[in-house]
Amino acid sequence: MNGEISARMKVALYGLLCVLLIPFVFPTWWMLTSSLKPISDIFVFPPELFPTHPDWSSYAQVFTVQPFAQQYWNSAWIAAVVTAATLAISSMAGYAFARIRFPGANALFIVVLTGLLIPSEVTIVPLFRMFLKLGWVNTHWPLVLIPVFGAPSVFATFVMRQFFIALPAELEEAARVDGLGRFRIFRTIALPLARPALASVAIFTFLHSWNLYLEPIVFLSTPSKFTLPQALTQYTDAYGGPMWNIQLAAATLTALPVLIVFVLAQKQFVEGLAHTGLKG
Amino acid sequence: MARRSVSAAEPPPAAPRPFWTIARRDTAAGFLFVAPQLAGTLVFMLVPLVLVFWYSLHEWNVLANTFRYTGARNYELLSSDPSLPGVLLASALFSAGLVVLNMSLALLLAVLLNQKLAGIAVFRTLFFSPVVVSLVAWTIVWGFLLQHNGGINGTLRLLGIEGPNWLRTPATAMLSVIVVQVFKNVGLNMVLFLAALQGVPRELYEAARIDGATRWRQFRRITLPLISPTILLTSIITIVGSLQVFAQIAVLTQGGPGVSTTVLVYYLYQQTFQFHRFGYGSTLAILLFAIVALLTLAQWQLRKRFVFHER
Repeated sequence: MNGEISARMKVALYGLLCVLLIPFVFPTWWMLTSSLKPISDIFVFPPELFPTHPDWSSYAQVFTVQPFAQQYWNSAWIAAVVTAATLAISSMAGYAFARIRFPGANALFIVVLTGLLIPSEVTIVPLFRMFLKLGWVNTHWPLVLIPVFGAPSVFATFVMRQFFIALPAELEEAARVDGLGRFRIFRTIALPLARPALASVAIFTFLHSWNLYLEPIVFLSTPSKFTLPQALTQYTDAYGGPMWNIQLAAATLTALPVLIVFVLAQKQFVEGLAHTGLKG
Repeated sequence: MARRSVSAAEPPPAAPRPFWTIARRDTAAGFLFVAPQLAGTLVFMLVPLVLVFWYSLHEWNVLANTFRYTGARNYELLSSDPSLPGVLLASALFSAGLVVLNMSLALLLAVLLNQKLAGIAVFRTLFFSPVVVSLVAWTIVWGFLLQHNGGINGTLRLLGIEGPNWLRTPATAMLSVIVVQVFKNVGLNMVLFLAALQGVPRELYEAARIDGATRWRQFRRITLPLISPTILLTSIITIVGSLQVFAQIAVLTQGGPGVSTTVLVYYLYQQTFQFHRFGYGSTLAILLFAIVALLTLAQWQLRKRFVFHER
């Protein structure tokens, strides 16, 4: 598999890779370029891959058809809060389960781990009833609380624990002898060393929240409260037909920032998601 | 460094033994550190799991405001639900199709990307990129391409083939949904396989080459057996993930045509939140839980047996 490759093989390999790449790259490229075309040009086949006369009017309409800026803000702050809270909760719990010997630690870890057996789809009915009773249906509370305390955070705790277990104990010993408290050790020694694991958890958690779909459509009913995935499906005309150019502009605005961050920090994304990759 | 020499073996003299010994401090810290996670797991996962079982024993219609105990009635309904065989078949087809296509394509891409070629890292990035594209955005774009007058059929027409209306034809709707999902997430498994391939000792290939083994034979006799634990584990992880597919179905087909793409989670959503049958929806949730829990436990057993390299 690692043998020498002849020049002819190389050409064949590049060719094959380029063909295989089409379904991975073309949809995104088509989304970006079609959002710059008037609706009449979107159905033209073969599509113009480099729009010669970019038409930015769909981008203006994105914001007039729906409160898209508000929806964007909803998605952004929810994902930010969910990510920050998950990092705090899971790094502390993961650290304690890996590093602190206290009675019942193993039993409690198993209790937390059972959370991995329970996908959020299973508990959506009781959670709906719970939030209904609290009067929090059609608020953002469920979208924050369910991921922060549900399956994604349990998984994050598991990832953090695996990381802290592998960390050499000597690093903390000196600090313990000096009489530093647990929280100080955690914050000043363990946490800075855990940056790669924290990055994995952050990327995974952020994307999970950014893509969340079932919870928003179950809990939210007012367009100004929608998050992006739900908002994207609402660009329809009076007959329910999609307004393609506007929808694609909104989709581009949703996808592009994450794609740009991905290009800038590919290594962290690929490694982080491969280590935490849950979904098929 | 101004370091006080206070060691555990030599307590400061004349001081009474403090209540906060190191062991007690550790116990307190341990509980405090895990408390938020533990409370969250209890309130948002374990208690709801018990409740969902309790609800599954009730007839509960939110609109009609009825909530009464009916024992195992919902489970009887489940076994005689005329839609259920179709739903389970759709779930099985989706999971099986997804895992087979995903694994094969991931392996193929990993092998191709494992070659030493200039610019191979760029290819890896591009194959991985759909993973970070917003799920609903990706699905909407494919929904357009798969329309009757969309880009897929336009391409086929160039080849002289008249394509079907992919998402509105029972025979092709499921295939379409699977393929959209495979291209979205195959990059994850590709990276895992790539790591596994790079873990295969090179000497094995050199020895095989000296013995005159062909590349295909090397692949079958050396590569496949050595990365089979990774294949097995990623398969199960992929299947468990596939059982939770929802947004793609909701955006592309709404479970149609008929129930041909109504997978279990989508059916659960329909019954509960569209038909307001919360009791029966809970029963479906218990069924989903049983399947996911069994598969996850199997995955843990395998992980133990094969000492899977997590990091």
